[in-house]
Amino acid sequence: MKKSVFIGTLALASALAGVAAADTVADVKARGQLICGTNPGLTGFAAPDANGNYQGFDVAICKAVAAAVLGDSNKVKYVPLTGETRFTALASGEVDVLVRNSTWTFSRDTDLKFDFVAVNYYDGQGFMVKKDLGVTSAKELDGATICIQTGTTTELNLADWFKANNIAYTPVNIADDAEGQRQLVAGACDAYTTDASGLAAARATMADPQNYIILPEIISKEPLGPVVRHGDNNWGDVVRWTYYALVAAEEYGITSANVDEIASTTQNPEIKRLLGMDADLGSFMGLDKEWAKRAIKQVGNYGEIFAANIGESTPIGLARGLNAQWTQGGLQYAPPFR
Amino acid sequence: MAYAGEAPKDSFRLSMLIYDTRYRSITIQIIVLILFGLFLSWIFNNIVQNLAAKDRGFSYDFLWNRAGYDISQRLIAYTNDDTHARAMLVGLLNTLLLAFFGCILATVIGVVAGVLRLSNNWLIGRLMTVYVEVTRNVPVLLWILLVYVVLSEAMPEPKDFKLTDAMIAAGEQPKAHMILGSIAITNRGTNIPEPLFDRSLGNIDLGIFLVSLDLLAIIAVLVGSFFAYRALSHRARALQEATGVRPVTWWKSLLIWLAPVVILLWALGFHLGYPQFKGFNFTGGITVAHAFTALLVALSLYTGAFIAEIVRAGIMAIPRGQTEAAYALGLRPGRTMSLVILPQALRVIIPPLISQYLNLTKNTSLAIAVSYMDLRGTLGGITLNQTGKELECMLLMMAIYLTISLIISGVMNIYNNAVKLKER
Repeated sequence: MKKSVFIGTLALASALAGVAAADTVADVKARGQLICGTNPGLTGFAAPDANGNYQGFDVAICKAVAAAVLGDSNKVKYVPLTGETRFTALASGEVDVLVRNSTWTFSRDTDLKFDFVAVNYYDGQGFMVKKDLGVTSAKELDGATICIQTGTTTELNLADWFKANNIAYTPVNIADDAEGQRQLVAGACDAYTTDASGLAAARATMADPQNYIILPEIISKEPLGPVVRHGDNNWGDVVRWTYYALVAAEEYGITSANVDEIASTTQNPEIKRLLGMDADLGSFMGLDKEWAKRAIKQVGNYGEIFAANIGESTPIGLARGLNAQWTQGGLQYAPPFR
Repeated sequence: MAYAGEAPKDSFRLSMLIYDTRYRSITIQIIVLILFGLFLSWIFNNIVQNLAAKDRGFSYDFLWNRAGYDISQRLIAYTNDDTHARAMLVGLLNTLLLAFFGCILATVIGVVAGVLRLSNNWLIGRLMTVYVEVTRNVPVLLWILLVYVVLSEAMPEPKDFKLTDAMIAAGEQPKAHMILGSIAITNRGTNIPEPLFDRSLGNIDLGIFLVSLDLLAIIAVLVGSFFAYRALSHRARALQEATGVRPVTWWKSLLIWLAPVVILLWALGFHLGYPQFKGFNFTGGITVAHAFTALLVALSLYTGAFIAEIVRAGIMAIPRGQTEAAYALGLRPGRTMSLVILPQALRVIIPPLISQYLNLTKNTSLAIAVSYMDLRGTLGGITLNQTGKELECMLLMMAIYLTISLIISGVMNIYNNAVKLKER
């Protein structure tokens, strides 16, 4: 009997220890739900609305992937993650995809074994201060106390930039955006630094945004984008091409409102391929024909997402800038669907 | 007469392992041990396989890479060009600093509150009961956040201390003033004067950090004073026992304690460097960040409440007859407490006190909630995040906390052996 227990334990142990072959598409389909890691609260990018549903520019990517893979953009479970916990959560498989203003860097891509599948927002690090501080340039911040989110690239950029400019500062390491705002408002920090888009979003939620200014210096390149684990290339392709479908849709003038009409009338072969009228591109990734059409219909194209969440008509009021289509002088450029 | 034959010779059968009470407990223990070993090997195997599946190795090489981030609270020199190992050391020293002062303050608060809770004065007794019950029944994290938020929201901003030329011309006063012209409490921290030496002896470089020779000299003089003071009180006691007259020693002991230190400080050219408002913050002086103050206050109040209960229990464990006997010998209540009750109560107090010290030390890891860069904030926070070495950082951090706890435990056990009832 002892022997059988022993063998049984061994069998159990090896079964549990055995790593399931990474097939996230199948996992998500079997689960009927996409698990998406997001910012716990950054207005415009990812924040719960009045009804407790997550909305925002980053959240839209999660919704688009859910629409493409599962057919319903609401089949997403959002896991709010801080700058500190996000990569551990992704590496351990707690989330399928991480869309949380995460900067694409060399070491995260190689050493941390992640894949940044696209850049959904080209950003840079800036500083926000109170207007009555009397500072107009970040170079005047010598000796200032600066709040900074821990576990981010901005932490390292800040150290590098102050060193390069040979000025000193006192860092206050805070866990998330809300704490940074609180400390800045309370005057416990002279300046708050994070991605410029995050600063704009933070300012939009303040009671008195006119009393805060964002300094002109952008001290780093922050290409933000969705992240998946190394090793499951098909899943990376699904997220990447779902994103590019949204970008291409804007380029070709396809919106959530007219996608059905265009699908039935268009003669453009590229659009036909994209919307699954002609070829079955989805089958190469284990999806059906209309994956991209659904994503565009349920979430909108890149331009629509931008305008609705962070564009100039919203309180955040970000210009397209680098994030305009390549045809408009920006960097958003979808490879051909062929 | 029939005699009972010899007891049948024991022949070992396998079933005896289960049915024979002599072997059963051993059998069960061996089985449990095997199962436990299997469990451990499964966990280990799981880690190895998962690391391999993620194509991640297990190595501590990253500790010697450039850290690249800055730390504002530090006891030793550190820049962002230093290694992760040094950043870890900075964090470790911050943890130890907090734990050291926390344990001292918690003990003082606990002993005072514990003794006062037994007070015959109704008001004081009830007040201490309220303190103990309120403090220890709310999570310590909430206390830390409360103290921190109160400090950072209620205190003036550094710029409120600023006095500009325009304000002098208009005859205005700054919104906030420094206490006694030397201490400034802002919403960021408490700025206190720092000791400076004109004729400093310099530092010794120990390789890892610098040690101030001035500080060493002061400690050496104080140790010398201590031995001189002990000799003095020894002589006084001998004299009292021989003649029955206690010689007057207070001015001698005051002289022994103060004179050498004052002379040394004068020789070193001691003076205070006052904090000055410059640019955005106070410079000069020592800045004690509110994160540290909040942690120290909250942790010591919280742990102090537990220690108060331990002290109360210890005192109540001493029979009432001891007090009465001491009174009968003519001892006053204060001396009764310090000479008769507390020394006996210590035997009851010390063992649970050790675990309170350990709790406080481990609770310092909540420091990240208020941006205090302790071991958890540096090694387990920023380093872990920037390098992505979760397993390595966590294991190292656990090993360090374990070592600290075992050292505290060991030291306290030595003390416990010194005060415990000697059985001869």
